[in-house]
Amino acid sequence: MKSHVWRPLYIVLGVIVLVMLARAILVPEDFGIGQRGYMYGWHRKGNEADWKAVKVKYKGTDYCKKCHQDKFNDLRQSPHAAIQCENCHGPALGHPDDPPTLTIDRSRGLCIRCHARLPYHGSGRGAIRGINPETHHPEAECVLCHYPHNPKLEAKR
Amino acid sequence: MIDRRDFCKKALLIAGGMAIPLSALELFNPKRLLAEKNDPSPTRWAFLVDTHKCVGCGFCVKACKIENETPYDANVTRTWVERYIVARDGKTYIDSPRGGRDGFTSPKIDQGVEPPAEVRNEEIEKAFFVPKLCNQCDNPPCVQVCPVGATYQTADGVVLVDRSWCIGCGYCIMGCPYGVRFFHPVYHVAEKCNFCYHRISKGMKTACVDACPFGARRIGNLKDPNDPVTRVIMTERVGVLKEEYGTKPQVFYIGLSREVK
Repeated sequence: MKSHVWRPLYIVLGVIVLVMLARAILVPEDFGIGQRGYMYGWHRKGNEADWKAVKVKYKGTDYCKKCHQDKFNDLRQSPHAAIQCENCHGPALGHPDDPPTLTIDRSRGLCIRCHARLPYHGSGRGAIRGINPETHHPEAECVLCHYPHNPKLEAKR
Repeated sequence: MIDRRDFCKKALLIAGGMAIPLSALELFNPKRLLAEKNDPSPTRWAFLVDTHKCVGCGFCVKACKIENETPYDANVTRTWVERYIVARDGKTYIDSPRGGRDGFTSPKIDQGVEPPAEVRNEEIEKAFFVPKLCNQCDNPPCVQVCPVGATYQTADGVVLVDRSWCIGCGYCIMGCPYGVRFFHPVYHVAEKCNFCYHRISKGMKTACVDACPFGARRIGNLKDPNDPVTRVIMTERVGVLKEEYGTKPQVFYIGLSREVK
């Protein structure tokens, strides 16, 4: 057959080879179907490990308890027992080495998250004792009068 | 020469053979049978939200943003809390200022318009808070629409995004009926809640579950019949969001109301 018939065929073959080559170079080796099949599992396997390797910042109350047993005991007997330390003290990260001191939130804004009075029945909020932040000593920090580790006691300072 | 008896026999055999659909033959594929018998994953993560217990403190949103390094002051978040106020005149007010990151501290309803709406206490018929997060659907529409395979479902049911592979086309953000996906302002790729995959795979709870003082958020393994969360989902009255979409969401809610979308 004449070459003008073959020429487009060579071009097509060349394009196919190029695409295959590009694919071999660009697509990572662990790219494939996961356990969820073609429709939902088509991915790069190594990415699962990437996500598992994200650093844990909030270590939980058990971590704090190891050194701060006294504060934990205070808190445990108070109506605030359910609140984990890091909600107010900030994430432990590598504390006490890194960071050596935590960013403690003593602001009014923290307390009124729950204690700004909203009388919503059908939600636990309605049952929480609350104040109107605009009229209840708006100039003062709550911790001046209230001891956050056990609000039933007066401020310990 | 074929006789009548033979002809009838063979005709029946062929007709019968053709009646067996190809899919039925798959039943006899021993590999597949084995795969279905020995489910490869012992885990299927599911979430349980009790809206009665949520007080709208927003500690979950704060913890989530810090734990997952979502820029704190950008108005995007992997999880958020919505406030619903249904007034006596039938009007429903919904707001979620900054995703509820700083809690709900005022009766003023912040819908981004001035002046903020306000419903007088005696006008409130019902009011409650609903935490939202990724539903980790069994049929995730966000995964189906991804043209490059950057988002996918793991064997334990969590939908993840491969940041190095995402091209930022935004199809998944459009495709999610729950609006849980957004563009990450730093990485410029699709971002979503992944049940704190780095925590749950270490045996910890998610940051939002740990931060919730009221037990409104819980996470469990659906494949473990003794898991307390699984027991609640199996034995109590739970609902899911937008069931009619067929996405099979795996975040279950106690105390849903028809106003919640």
